Amino acid sequence: MAASLSQALYLATFTSSASKPSASPISPPSIKVPTFSPLTVQPLSSAFTPNVAHVITLTPHATSTPSSIPSDTSTTTFHGLCYAVGDNIDTDQIIPAEYLTLVPSNPAEYEKLGSYALIGLPSSYATRFIEPNETKTKYSILIGGANFGCGSSREHAPVALGAAGVKAVVAESYARIFFRNSVATGEVYPVESEVRICEECKTGDVVTIELGESRLINHTTGKEYKLKPIGDAGPVIEAGGIFAYARKTGMIPSQ
Amino acid sequence: MASSLVSPSPTSSFISNKKDLGFSAFPSTSQVAIRKCKKQVSKQIVSVMAPQQSERKPATTGSVKTGMTMTEKILARASEKPQLSPGDNVWVNVDILMTHDVCGPGSIGIFKKEFGENAKVWDREKIVIIPDHYIFTSDERANRNVDILRDFCKEENIKYFYDIKDLSNFKANPDYKGVCHVALAQEGHCRPGEVLLGTDSHTCTAGAFGQFATGIGNTDAGFVLGTGKLLLKVPPTLRFVMDGEMPHYLLAKDLILQIIGEISVAGATYKSMEFVGTTVESLNMEERMTLCNMVVEAGGKNGVVPADSTTFKYLEDKTSVPYEPVYSDAQASFLSEYRFDISKLEPLVAKPHSPDNRALARECKDVKIDRVYIGSCTGGKTEDFLAAAKVFLASGKKVKVPTFLVPATQKVWLDIYTLPVPGAGGKTCSQIFEEAGCDTPASPSCGACLGGPKDTYARMNEPKVCVSTTNRNFPGRMGHKEGQIYLASPYTAAASALTGYVTDPREFLL
Repeated sequence: MAASLSQALYLATFTSSASKPSASPISPPSIKVPTFSPLTVQPLSSAFTPNVAHVITLTPHATSTPSSIPSDTSTTTFHGLCYAVGDNIDTDQIIPAEYLTLVPSNPAEYEKLGSYALIGLPSSYATRFIEPNETKTKYSILIGGANFGCGSSREHAPVALGAAGVKAVVAESYARIFFRNSVATGEVYPVESEVRICEECKTGDVVTIELGESRLINHTTGKEYKLKPIGDAGPVIEAGGIFAYARKTGMIPSQ
Repeated sequence: MASSLVSPSPTSSFISNKKDLGFSAFPSTSQVAIRKCKKQVSKQIVSVMAPQQSERKPATTGSVKTGMTMTEKILARASEKPQLSPGDNVWVNVDILMTHDVCGPGSIGIFKKEFGENAKVWDREKIVIIPDHYIFTSDERANRNVDILRDFCKEENIKYFYDIKDLSNFKANPDYKGVCHVALAQEGHCRPGEVLLGTDSHTCTAGAFGQFATGIGNTDAGFVLGTGKLLLKVPPTLRFVMDGEMPHYLLAKDLILQIIGEISVAGATYKSMEFVGTTVESLNMEERMTLCNMVVEAGGKNGVVPADSTTFKYLEDKTSVPYEPVYSDAQASFLSEYRFDISKLEPLVAKPHSPDNRALARECKDVKIDRVYIGSCTGGKTEDFLAAAKVFLASGKKVKVPTFLVPATQKVWLDIYTLPVPGAGGKTCSQIFEEAGCDTPASPSCGACLGGPKDTYARMNEPKVCVSTTNRNFPGRMGHKEGQIYLASPYTAAASALTGYVTDPREFLL
């Protein structure tokens, strides 16, 4: 609980003090912002629509497929094959520096970035994350150990994963900047597991993540695992990132 | 109580076991929290912990109600709040936003998408844009990315853009600096008490100046470009007290490798790391930068060194912007405090493939190496090259493996060619390096620290073993996935170059 609170980062500010991120994420998030710090900067307004649940609509962002976009986090599920990695997977392994010339905000280069996701994993990973000559991965769920995404602050890392077709990462813990970049871009759900599952789930296992239930089911082994609630990061990622979320909720004017 | 707080691992002899450490400001409630935290760290790397809110004792003085740490104070001022506690989320006014050629184009893309093609940045004088990563390469996309920066700076009339156009000769580009974190300091953009954000994880380097500095992603940077603000969570602070005279064979790199080895690569995740003590006070600015540079390798959000006369002197001829340093209150509450007796520390390395894989340099004396790399924001500053030259000078021998030298900035390059090395009879670093058989100092940039495009100078294109003064040794960091990187101080790197094995610099620095 505490961890999800601290991970909610700047999201906590968007909630009322009465509903901390530790509150049940299952019910539609009822967001009231009595004390949103007014930004005096011109492009932003401090207006804020009180009930997010009604505001969020389906807007798939670059990485989303319609089947994985329900209208609120309580029913969001991801189903697919998982790819398992270990501890301290740094962003150089997620997207090596030689590919950082690709600019994520450029759509064509976004796709290209995806094709190199996790190409930096050492050859000890016998099964590659993306098959040769493919641009997408067949593993929509990535399972990691502790300190996932450590190292460089490159936003290319969550972007590459999202562009490759990853919907969610489930790790024991995250490095700060990777977590924040995942939420800010809305590219992948960085979910924390209650227990260490990266050694119990094998690459190729069929898994389901039920975000609302904070549960991961491994259909191959028949085991179930408790996840830490995604909290208020959920609606932001679902909206497609921090800017999309701010527009949907009326925090900043729609374009 | 105190001893349990300050000696998280009794295996290390550098940590004192003094009982009397004066933790009067430590509320008893936080002890549990620290124990819990320690347990998690030792059992397993746990990167995310909510800052434990502890009760704070009211201060005895009238003016200060509750003690705050330096980091809390800087963020309080920047968010225009009288008081902050760890865990508070606040909108912070940014003093400087830095970006470079790797993340700048993406940040600019987001800024334009979200604020409009013709939007104006929040303050053209508070944005510093420094091409430094992929400069001396024929990679077309890398070259294009510098063009994108140039066009944007022209459009927005950005005041501080350190451009490079003639890639064949960096000296023909008077504006070009090189590695952003070193250039920020040399150009006077790092000032005590301020908030500096940058699209690079090593932005934390600037904490050496007693400011809050941390790395952010493109999306956050796009937001800052438009608004000058960012929502930040106030981190709890870990305090590292380093006392004792620094032995002549140690450098700040050894200190930070010691600390990362102690707390692990996730030991400071979401936290601030404050460095104090007589040893820290004795360090020059570049050494303090090395210390703060690698806090991100422990997962830290920022690192800080209190500003003092060394800081003020360094800034004297670099900035005319008024600044106001802040310091931790005596009553400030720290999540945890670590004490080190530096006089007992020995030269260290971080073995492959993690910066916390600490070992004594002398324990690795049988590790045969293929090359040595001296460069980067961590180990490519003037003081780093002076240190390496000192070892070569003391030995009078030639290097046994290829030794690559990549000055961080144009200023560092100039220093290598002009500054006399103390005790060398007027010789410069460049002369000493040449006599020792090192490669000619390369054009200043991030170079092979992070691999980069295939044609990057000194990139590890084959699975070699390298001793490097850089900051990361994860698989593939310097190019080849099976390459092995031993992180070390410039002393240890130079000593290793002379023997062809990982070598304790005491073999040469008598």
